[in-house]
Order: sequence, then C-alpha cells, then structure tokens
Amino acid sequence: MAPRYAEPGALPGRQNGAVLPPAVELRGVHKQFGSVHAVRGVALTVGSGEVMAFLGPNGAGKTSTIDMILGLSRPTSGAVEVYGMTPRQAVRKGLVSAVMQSGGLLKDLTVAETAQYTASLFAVSRPVGEVLERAGITAIASRAVGKCSGGEQQRLRFAMALIPDPQLLASGRTIRATLPGADEAALRAMPGVDGVEVRGDTVLIHSGDTDAVARQLLNQTPARDLEITSRGLEEAFIALTGDHAADPPGKSQAAL
Amino acid sequence: MTAQPALAAALERQPPPLGGFSPAIVRLEVRRLLRNRRTMILALVLPVLFFWGFGLNSSYVHERAGHGNVSAVEMISIALYGAVSATATCGAMVSIERAAGWSRQLRVTPLSPTAYIVIKMLTSLVLAAGSIAAVYLVGALTNKVSMPADLWVFTGLCVWIGSLLFAAFGLFAGYLLPSENVTQVIALVLTLCSFAGGLFIPFSDFSPDLQTFAKFTPLYGLSQLVHYPLAGGALAWIWILNLVVWLAIFMAGAVWRLRRDTARV
Repeated sequence: MAPRYAEPGALPGRQNGAVLPPAVELRGVHKQFGSVHAVRGVALTVGSGEVMAFLGPNGAGKTSTIDMILGLSRPTSGAVEVYGMTPRQAVRKGLVSAVMQSGGLLKDLTVAETAQYTASLFAVSRPVGEVLERAGITAIASRAVGKCSGGEQQRLRFAMALIPDPQLLASGRTIRATLPGADEAALRAMPGVDGVEVRGDTVLIHSGDTDAVARQLLNQTPARDLEITSRGLEEAFIALTGDHAADPPGKSQAAL
Repeated sequence: MTAQPALAAALERQPPPLGGFSPAIVRLEVRRLLRNRRTMILALVLPVLFFWGFGLNSSYVHERAGHGNVSAVEMISIALYGAVSATATCGAMVSIERAAGWSRQLRVTPLSPTAYIVIKMLTSLVLAAGSIAAVYLVGALTNKVSMPADLWVFTGLCVWIGSLLFAAFGLFAGYLLPSENVTQVIALVLTLCSFAGGLFIPFSDFSPDLQTFAKFTPLYGLSQLVHYPLAGGALAWIWILNLVVWLAIFMAGAVWRLRRDTARV
C-alpha cells in the first residue's frame, strides 16, 4: 500500500482489525446490449479515497460501466461490488451518488424542493440548506428548476449528489468544472477534492476523450478504447486544483 | 487520516424503511399538481361544469331514481368521471418524469419502485378527493340533489377508492407512451370509457348491442358498483368481474412496463 499512510491503525482497508472492502470491485465484467458488446471483461478495484477516471470516446463503455456500478444495470456476466455489497444495497444505504450530466430534474419543483425531495428519500441526509450552500445556489433556492440556467441546474445536480453524504461519487466531470468560480475553501470541502482533510470519499469521473479536465487530471491521452486510470486522492487534488480555465463549464458529454 | 473511521461508520448505515416512502414526498408531489393548471382544470373545473350542464339543469333531474333523484345519479357519475380523470392524469405523469430523466435519477436513491408507485397512487387519490369534493359540494350547494345523508358519504368513498383503477391505467399509459401524446391518449380513452360506462348518457338508453359491447369496457363495472348504493336492487357479479379483470390488466401492464423500464438502461 502507499507509504503516505503512516500510522498502522490508519492503514487503508483496516479499522480495528477489520478489513474494509474497496469502494468498487469489478471482476470479469461484460455487458452486452443485443449484438453490441459494450463492456468486454473489465476487472478493476477502486480503493477508498481514490479518484478514478474512466476515459474514452463515445461507445467505449464508460457509461455502461458506471451504470453497473450505480446499480442502474446488471452485467451480462461477471461481478460488480460496491463496498463489498451489491450496488443497489450500497445505493440504498446512501453510500453512492451520481451527478447526472443532463436531465434528472423536474421543472415544476423549485431548487429547494428538489433538494428536499431527494433528502426525503434517504435514511440520513445532510441538511438541505447546507448542500445548497456548498453548491453555491442558496440565492436561487426558491426558483423553479425550469427557470434555472444550465449552469445552475448542474449545480443543483451536484447538490443532490451531496445529500446522502456519499462515500462514492460518480460524475461526468470534475467538481471544479461543475462549480466554476467556486472559492478554494469551498472546493476543499467537497468529496474527492479535499486533499488536505481526507474523508475517504471516492470519486469516479467518466468522460469523453475531448474533456480537457479529465485529461489534465491524468495528464495523458487515452490509448485504449476504455482507459481506466487511478490516482491517489492527494495527487488528484493537485491536478484538480490546477488551471482549468480552458474547460467550458457548459459542455457536456453524453448523459451519465 | 480520518478516512477509515468515517467509512466504517458509513458502512453501518441502514437503508430507509418502507423503500424510501415518506409523507414529505407525497406533499411535494401534491404541490407539483397544484401548480399544474391543465391538471387542475381537467380534474376540478371540467367535472363541475359537466355536472352543472347535465346533472342540475336538465328537465328530468328531479325525477326519482333509487333512493334519491336523477341529480344524485348524475352527481355520482360526474364525480366518478372527475376522479378517474384525476387519477389517470396523475399516473400518466410518470411519462414526463421518464422523459426528463427524473425516474433515472430516482434509481440512484433508496426509493424502491413499489414505494414510487404507492407515492403516485396516494398523490392521485389526493387529487381525486379534490375532484369528488368539488362535484359533491356543488351538488350540496345547489340543493337539487336528493339522497340520504349516509349515501353522500358512502358513494363518495366508493368513487374515491374505485378511482384507483385508473391510477393503474395512467401508470400503464405513462410507462407505455411517450410524453408528447400521453395526455391526448388518456383524454380520448377516458371520454370513450365514460360514455360506454354510462357516465354521460344513462346506460339504459343504449341500444341492446351497445349495452352488450359496453359491458366489456373498463368503466362499466366500476360505474355500476358506485351507483349501486343509491340505485339498490340486485348486485350483478359481472360488475365485479369487469372491475377485477380491468384492474388486473392495468396493473399487470404497469408492472410489465415498469420492469422493462428498470431493466432498460
């Protein structure tokens, strides 16, 4: 394991002698839609606190893979585990959430009502006021979602994803790209970018190969169809806090 | 490093009880309905106008019918029309929610499909209650309806519970049809079923052939059953059979489409 974990008691995966399961484990995962073989034998482990990016062009299998991790679909063959349980179980416990890239909102609810609706679904949730504050949309809390700009809606999707206090967050773009102009302190309080106070949150980022942010995060060009790359959280934090001014915030890849 | 204790604690979390159902969500869903002008007109205004036209101001409304008068029969008919319009419209809202990606968003939450259906049914019952109350209130205020007091309550309750049949229909249609034309299809089906069920024209005025055909349509059984407390006479098993079969068809259809929808992505 990485040497940055100094204290024996704080070894990743260990707590009071008990081994904690990895955030995500895929074993020989295939996904077929009729004659289309979308995912061909993916095997990977994402440890707690890691940032992992799934990169590749459209059709590489990014969304199919993320969907299986979120419990939105089942693999044709192979096994998917999230924190040692089925993805659906992890979702039901509020361990996992996703920032949808498009849609996923009701136009006739207000921003605050959307957050309240989401919060009502979980056994334990962060206060609605707090997540709106963190996503920078407190001022538009009483605005109808249908009257919000694309950027405001994206912030709302992000706020919704924070509500269950997730340990695993899937997003089509980096947090910084979701919240352009957010101050440094606010960003550090987010899951996955708080490199200073590691909270154990794991972030999955899946993105098309044109996404400058994801490339910058990994500092490399995807070589294979579906590139799955993992970095330590602290390293990812450095990449995330780099200059992403070139990234157009409104740009979106295929829906999550 | 605080990561591991936080994770260990998080892994001990429990899923919410009742598949994520909570009254707070029903409240928010009702609030959405109240904002939808088209739904409010369809469920509250239109039935009252129909009742005004057919049930209060025709020449025959004071004639006796069963334990009351014709106005009472009309009031129950129009209340049933309004209530099933309300529940069907509510159920069909899933079509818009699917198109908006909201259903997909909900699937990354603890909400179970069953809890979602229950929320939709309860929400539709709230609107149906409003629809029935509007028609019955107009009936009470205009003083033309004659019916024993207990039957006001009992027939109202029968209409209310019975309207769930069309919540199932609305859900089926909402999962089956694209959001662009689900409203039109629902309105057309409801109008045809209401005519065939004898809600606008008395069933006894139909030709024998039309009567035979009408007995196979979805509102026939329910309409006969909700009028039965007022009409009296013999209870026909075919009413119950009609209701049970259509309920089974709509529910099976909704569950079938819901399963497909869930497996799709």
